[in-house]
Amino acid sequence: MPKDEYQSRDFRIVGTRPVRPDGIDKVTGKARYGADMTAPGMLWGAILRSPHAHARIKSIDTSAAEAMKGVKAVITRADFTYQPESASLADVLDNCMAGEKARYDGHAVAAVAATSKSIARAALKAIKVDYGVLPHVTDVDEAMKPDAPVIEAGRVQENVPEGYSENVTGRSQYGHGDPEAGFEKADLVIERHFTTAATHQGYIEPNACLAQLGADGQGEIWVCTQGHYMVRNTCAGVLGLDAGMLRVTASEIGGGFGGKTHVWMEPTALVLSRKAGKPVKLVLSRDEVFRATGPTASSSIDVKIGMKKDGSITGATATYRLQAGAYPGSIAFLSAMCGFAPYDLKHVRTEGYEVMTNRPKAAAYRAPGAPMAAYPVESVIDELCQKLDLDPLETRLKNAAREGTKASYGPTYPAIGLEATLKAAQSHPHWIAPLGENQGRGVACGFWFNFGGDTCVSLMVNPDGTVSLSEGNPDIGGSRASMSMMAAEELGVDLDQVRTVIADTASLGQNEVTDGSRVTFAVGLATIKAARHAIQIMKERAAMTWGIDPEAVDWRDGAAHPAGPNAGKFPPMTIKEIAAIASNTGGPIAGHHEVTAEGAGVSFATHMVDTETDPETGQVKVLRYTVFQDAGKAVHPDYVEGQFQGGAAQGIGWAINEEYIYGEDGRLQNPGFLDYRIPVASDLPMIEPVILEIPNPGHPYGVRGVGETSIVPPLAAIANAVSRSSNVRLTSLPMSPPKVLAAMKGT
Amino acid sequence: MRFQSPESVDEAVALLAADPEARVLAGGTDLLVRLRMGDVAPSAVIDIKRITEMTTIAQDDGGWRIGAAVPSAEMNETAALVTDWPGVTEAADLIGSTQIQGRATVAGNLCNASPAADSVPAMVAAGAVARVAGPNGSRDVPVEDIPTGPGQTSLAQGELVTSIFLPAKPENSGSAYLRFIPRTEMDIAVVGVGITLTLDSAGAVTAAKIALGAVGPKVIVAGDAAKTLIGTTGDDPALDALAAACSAAATPIDDKRGTAEFRRDVTGVIAKRTARIALARAKGEA
Ligand SMILES: Cc1cc2nc3c(=O)[nH]c(=O)nc-3n(C[C@H](O)[C@H](O)[C@H](O)COP(=O)(O)OP(=O)(O)OC[C@H]3O[C@@H](n4cnc5c(N)ncnc54)[C@H](O)[C@@H]3O)c2cc1C
Repeated sequence: MPKDEYQSRDFRIVGTRPVRPDGIDKVTGKARYGADMTAPGMLWGAILRSPHAHARIKSIDTSAAEAMKGVKAVITRADFTYQPESASLADVLDNCMAGEKARYDGHAVAAVAATSKSIARAALKAIKVDYGVLPHVTDVDEAMKPDAPVIEAGRVQENVPEGYSENVTGRSQYGHGDPEAGFEKADLVIERHFTTAATHQGYIEPNACLAQLGADGQGEIWVCTQGHYMVRNTCAGVLGLDAGMLRVTASEIGGGFGGKTHVWMEPTALVLSRKAGKPVKLVLSRDEVFRATGPTASSSIDVKIGMKKDGSITGATATYRLQAGAYPGSIAFLSAMCGFAPYDLKHVRTEGYEVMTNRPKAAAYRAPGAPMAAYPVESVIDELCQKLDLDPLETRLKNAAREGTKASYGPTYPAIGLEATLKAAQSHPHWIAPLGENQGRGVACGFWFNFGGDTCVSLMVNPDGTVSLSEGNPDIGGSRASMSMMAAEELGVDLDQVRTVIADTASLGQNEVTDGSRVTFAVGLATIKAARHAIQIMKERAAMTWGIDPEAVDWRDGAAHPAGPNAGKFPPMTIKEIAAIASNTGGPIAGHHEVTAEGAGVSFATHMVDTETDPETGQVKVLRYTVFQDAGKAVHPDYVEGQFQGGAAQGIGWAINEEYIYGEDGRLQNPGFLDYRIPVASDLPMIEPVILEIPNPGHPYGVRGVGETSIVPPLAAIANAVSRSSNVRLTSLPMSPPKVLAAMKGT
Repeated sequence: MRFQSPESVDEAVALLAADPEARVLAGGTDLLVRLRMGDVAPSAVIDIKRITEMTTIAQDDGGWRIGAAVPSAEMNETAALVTDWPGVTEAADLIGSTQIQGRATVAGNLCNASPAADSVPAMVAAGAVARVAGPNGSRDVPVEDIPTGPGQTSLAQGELVTSIFLPAKPENSGSAYLRFIPRTEMDIAVVGVGITLTLDSAGAVTAAKIALGAVGPKVIVAGDAAKTLIGTTGDDPALDALAAACSAAATPIDDKRGTAEFRRDVTGVIAKRTARIALARAKGEA
């Protein structure tokens, strides 16, 4: 077996729980987030946003704002002089600054840079926009109807069938077999319609950047993002700049959850800076975050599943319609791929529809497309189990995908962990704990692909033998800790000898954004290989010192050793000793690795939850919650548990209270944390994480991504618990008190 | 914008009377939020926290006089006040969080005139009276007559509330406040119910005052609902009648926080639960 594939081994550091390296700075307020940077001569940017859901921009008069003292630049779309050729970049540009039309409430139409925040805000009020209001649509089913107001014509892909409005821009299909024939064999077939609301990633740090762009095309950005390479490439593409001329540095990040894998206002800050000749800081308010950065899609779904009395699924279909917002989307296809991914099915078919509406452009949110894919499927399976008097865990085990199963979305699985999570759930005390009045227990499974992608790492052995590691992915879930641990493990040195930093875009090659649960897997893989590269060099240096063949040198416990008695008798050379004489043995020592990582290894989880529903108010309380998930190998178990708990917490919010509420006027009514209700600490029980370790064959230490799967099962798990305790099947999220009470009363 | 810190009520009244665009600043937990959101842009902010007589809680004529600048945390730190008027102090204890309560005043809660203000139904049910100072001297106003609609009060130009008076607690009485929120805390009332009731020696209700919050443009004094309790012991049929009467008294609308139907239903449910607590307290059981 080649050495870079998975090998079972005993770990010294991986799997332990050291104190996080970013902790002290964060708790003492020293850590620098997006809004914490200033520059000499800096101006404050502010964005004027459309109050209309859909309106033609007839004219914009900026003269009064420009005449104000302290205002240094006012820009509209006319100042974005470059028009990108690629449709996706053109969409990003139009989303950052509206062209002919404002497409949603909150769409940017102009921006200013001024010497103070208050002047900038006053200047926005002085800008006069003449709007021609157009009919709007903010509901996904309405938007599909042939006579719906069209957001943008001419974007429909060939695969979309006839009979829909032009808002339906894409359609995808997956599956195999003949579901109709499968339904014939079933003892019971259940078909239901479900809806889910748009939910925001709800990160605590609003989007912020400090940008500078000179007339020579050289620029810099300091930004809170999940991917500074993405910011660089997108800004360059949108503004017609050379990527190499832009240097982007990622700040610390106060949450992203996918919402910061996109560009929302960085090009605006650059154009303001270019026009004003000064650096410009742009910090969004919470209201702007809600109105103009991506929530995830809302959805309208039909699911049909047939089951035999013994619990085997005979056929399954699902249709997912996802609201992409103001630009053509690509997220429903992910739902169509994920919905039935946990199951081994002979007959399955799914389709996904991407639908434009007058809402902000939908963005990635933790396992994008998968939570709303699992929710209806796991709900119908639960209802089938109820009606056929079957055990929901046993039934899922009976149909579970395993190694060799052909997934509903095409590939054949290697070793996977779904069965292990179900069995762990069966043997956990939670499963047999008694329930009280008005209480119910729900279970659900979830799947996520995980991702690898472009990754670069540099590992420098410093003259004193300490190690500096540079990665190119913002540390959003503890990657600096995990990378230091993997590097120390591989090099055989103590953890405190390694410090990891997030390098800027000029310091490493291309890195994908921190998404797809890819970082611990892909950057970890590159880190291990960069360490092996450095070890190879150090072995050569030792060999040169000893005058023996490099092949005759072994590396262990942080030192070079002669491979055996035949190699000669030399005392080991430690990394410190090798580093100290590096200038005399060939120069500085550094390892590096560049890769497009493959073999991320799919991820599965099973969640179990107990809820209590107040029969008089419809309020749902979460009493107990247990997450069973496969981590491949948990590098730093605290962080893994944090991911499990965080995903479950977000899923609980999505299930019970979170939703974008639009008025008849097409305006968002709850752009703030008062009426957009993420769970507060007292809403949540202790969420118990159970880590399973089924090694990923595609990673040297067996690591799989863990960041996203945990948000996939909660929607259905909670719906199943509430439906069982209230004796009515709930099919619409969020299960807010008014909705639950109405369902229980049958109104 | 000017920031002024008068040290006497007269000085505060003079400043307010001279400038119709000036605003009183108590804890600032409403005002500062609205300033930052750009909702209000007053010409002056008149901080009342330097006015000594407005920063104290004092026993007065068997009841309690709570200065308009007293943060709600201090109310809950005053044990005898909590014993007398648990309905009011538990309502004050629901406002925001520990941090918010270190600043927020119940007078500010009242003058902000949000229909959902938590302490207001509790104070109304307690029979609280606001003392108002103005250019023409001072007057006492029942708390329910201060708000007139969302964000609107009956205070005239130059007037401010200087204190809230909670009367002497009647013998064998109990007070309680409960609200319904979708979350467990840090939320705004969808329904709030304050109840104070008094029992005779046989355990029958002789007096009751019920106030409903968040189900109308201002706090609702539910007189008919109070009548349903009089003469009863607060048994299940009595509480069902109470719930029905409270639901009938509510005048909610459909909005992002719930449908009118839901709010009306839940008003009855919460009223029932509040009454149970007030009854238990009146009997000395809780
Ligand atoms: C995070 C958060 C959570 C909150 N949670 C709740 C909650 O759960 N329940 C709830 O009811 N409220 C809540 N609030 C709102 C607010 O805290 C309360 O309304 C509080 O009681 C206001 O008191 P204050 O002293 O801070 O008022 P301020 O903000 O100082 O004043 C409020 C208004 O009343 C006026 N005013 C203040 N004092 C006087 C006076 N003596 N005479 C005349 N006018 C006056 C001011 O000019 C202003 O218009 C919350 C606020 C925040 C920020």
